[in-house]
Amino acid sequence: MDQELRKQRRKQATLARRNVYKETPDVSSYYSSLSPDERIKFVSRARSVNAREMARRTLKRRIFTVIGVIVISAAALLAIFPIFFTFLNSFMSSSEIDANYGVIFQSLPGGSQGAARFLSMRPQLQLIPQQVSAEQYSRLLFMTPSYLFRYWNSILLTVPIVAGQLIVACLASYSFTRYRRKRREILFFAYVILMLMPFQVTLVPNYLISDKLNLLDSYASIILPGIFSTFSIYLLTKYMRQIPSAYIEAAKIDGAGEWQIFAHIVMPNCRNAVVAMAILLFIDYWNMVEQPLIMLSSDEKRPLSVFLAQVNMDEIGMAFAACALYMLPPLLVFLRGEDYLVEGVSKAGIK
Amino acid sequence: MENIKRSDLSPKQIRQKKLHHTVRRIKDWGISTGFLLPSLAGVMLFFFVPFAMLIVMSFQKSATNSSFVGFENYKNVLTNDAFLEASENTAVLSAIAVPLGVLLSLMLALILNSKIPARSTFRSILLTPMMVPVASVVLMWQVFFSYNGILNGWLVQLFSLDRIDWMKDELGQIVIIFLFLWKNLGLNIILFLSALNNIPQEIIESSVMDGAGAVRRFFSIRLYYLGPTVFFVTIMSLINSFKIFREEYLLTGDYPYGKLYTLQHFMNNKFQHLDYSQLSTGAVIMCIVMIIIVGILFITESRLDSGTEE
Repeated sequence: MDQELRKQRRKQATLARRNVYKETPDVSSYYSSLSPDERIKFVSRARSVNAREMARRTLKRRIFTVIGVIVISAAALLAIFPIFFTFLNSFMSSSEIDANYGVIFQSLPGGSQGAARFLSMRPQLQLIPQQVSAEQYSRLLFMTPSYLFRYWNSILLTVPIVAGQLIVACLASYSFTRYRRKRREILFFAYVILMLMPFQVTLVPNYLISDKLNLLDSYASIILPGIFSTFSIYLLTKYMRQIPSAYIEAAKIDGAGEWQIFAHIVMPNCRNAVVAMAILLFIDYWNMVEQPLIMLSSDEKRPLSVFLAQVNMDEIGMAFAACALYMLPPLLVFLRGEDYLVEGVSKAGIK
Repeated sequence: MENIKRSDLSPKQIRQKKLHHTVRRIKDWGISTGFLLPSLAGVMLFFFVPFAMLIVMSFQKSATNSSFVGFENYKNVLTNDAFLEASENTAVLSAIAVPLGVLLSLMLALILNSKIPARSTFRSILLTPMMVPVASVVLMWQVFFSYNGILNGWLVQLFSLDRIDWMKDELGQIVIIFLFLWKNLGLNIILFLSALNNIPQEIIESSVMDGAGAVRRFFSIRLYYLGPTVFFVTIMSLINSFKIFREEYLLTGDYPYGKLYTLQHFMNNKFQHLDYSQLSTGAVIMCIVMIIIVGILFITESRLDSGTEE
């Protein structure tokens, strides 16, 4: 650029900068044109408009909050009601249950004898027992061993699966976290697909191999596929991959072996996820119906989850107590570990 | 640090270095494979290998007679009325229950995310149904939904309507969907809540300053950040929608009425007759369908991701 031109421009810029102060126009607005009396009026009017607007907004927000609370409360009520209902009813005496709900179960298959007795009756929803009695529990615990056996069966099935799957899954997801080559990623994808498969698909191969290995009608036929199920591997891997790699590298530089990194760096860091997985697995397998139905042909080996539905009809007198006892362990686990569950699941689910 | 170039090294040193490198790579691979081994062996033994056997079996005449019959089994299964009905019912159930579940839980999560009192209590309560075994509440659902049940009692008493047979009609599907939602909303809500918490607050604030209303804010900002979570929740709900068989089985037994007969019932009954060729064919077909569904979901997700990244 021309030297002369540049000089001229610089001069202009300097002048312009100076003029900023010079040429600032007087602040003359509607407000400054008012007389002092009018000014006061103006301000008070503006204030009241503002206040009205604010009140409108607060009201709107409050209405929304109230609607929200109503919706949420309704949902919460629906969510909690069956649980309360079962627990409260489990403290009724058998005759009371019979009087209230007998008519319901007479119409179900398996309970048709003596139906005429109830035909004229209406079912009554009763939440608070007229007389609190532990009759159901005492009958359940001391007079009908079959329930207790089934309960024990459930424990025998669930605990090994949860423990085994967690151990296997921790190791495997560590491997998927640390070693990420192409073929390994393909394998991981296969695991994910396997996780997504419904029982309807996976049970057939399970059945087939159990048949070949002569495991049918034994607990191994449920426990072993359960241990190698890939659901927890997916979530744990997702969680582990969020651990900053700097931790691992630092440990490596300090000379830690692979096992040391796993046991002292990675595992403590994903404790939440492991606990969350343990809870999820526990409820999932405590709840299982499909596998025992197919794998276990002898009735006395089946867990309570299958057994409960079959017994409901004949012995409703203590079914409520059985149901309440059956849902107690997961609920206790949930109360203990809710925060872990929320933290672990949500962190794995976001990314 | 001393900077060593490749050309500075003698051929022997280079060879040594290469060897060292290879050894380390193999060692790395070995260690990480070692960690994977228990799982891989088990998965191979219990899932992959038997599944390969299944595929072979689906082309054979029967378990005892292993002559190759081509696609005859597939033809048989795909023209089997029970199978078609079962898959239709299952598909309808999932197609209604999954989107409904996602929408409802998103709504509840948004409410929980706004400023309402006792949020964490509500969250815990909504999460509780997830932890209740199906068998325990089935009794309670029977009390409500059976023909002589409470719900019909109310219908007669309060509204003087006729009784409805909830478990027999198409209404049965409504009941089942209700049970599905009851059980699964909690987990979805948790997932959505954490995603909502992860949305950068500055962006929301600046949009408020720019005059965006709540609706606009939701569709333009939150929905974008929720994308991956919606995907995850959909997949989880899909998995869970196949588990609804538990409720159905415990409520209605082996052979429920028309609309409630799902694929799991079909498979169960085939298990009882030990009809291997039909079983394996059904499983393979279902597997293919699942892979297609999941593939579509994955592709849509990556499309959406790349479309809105900029």
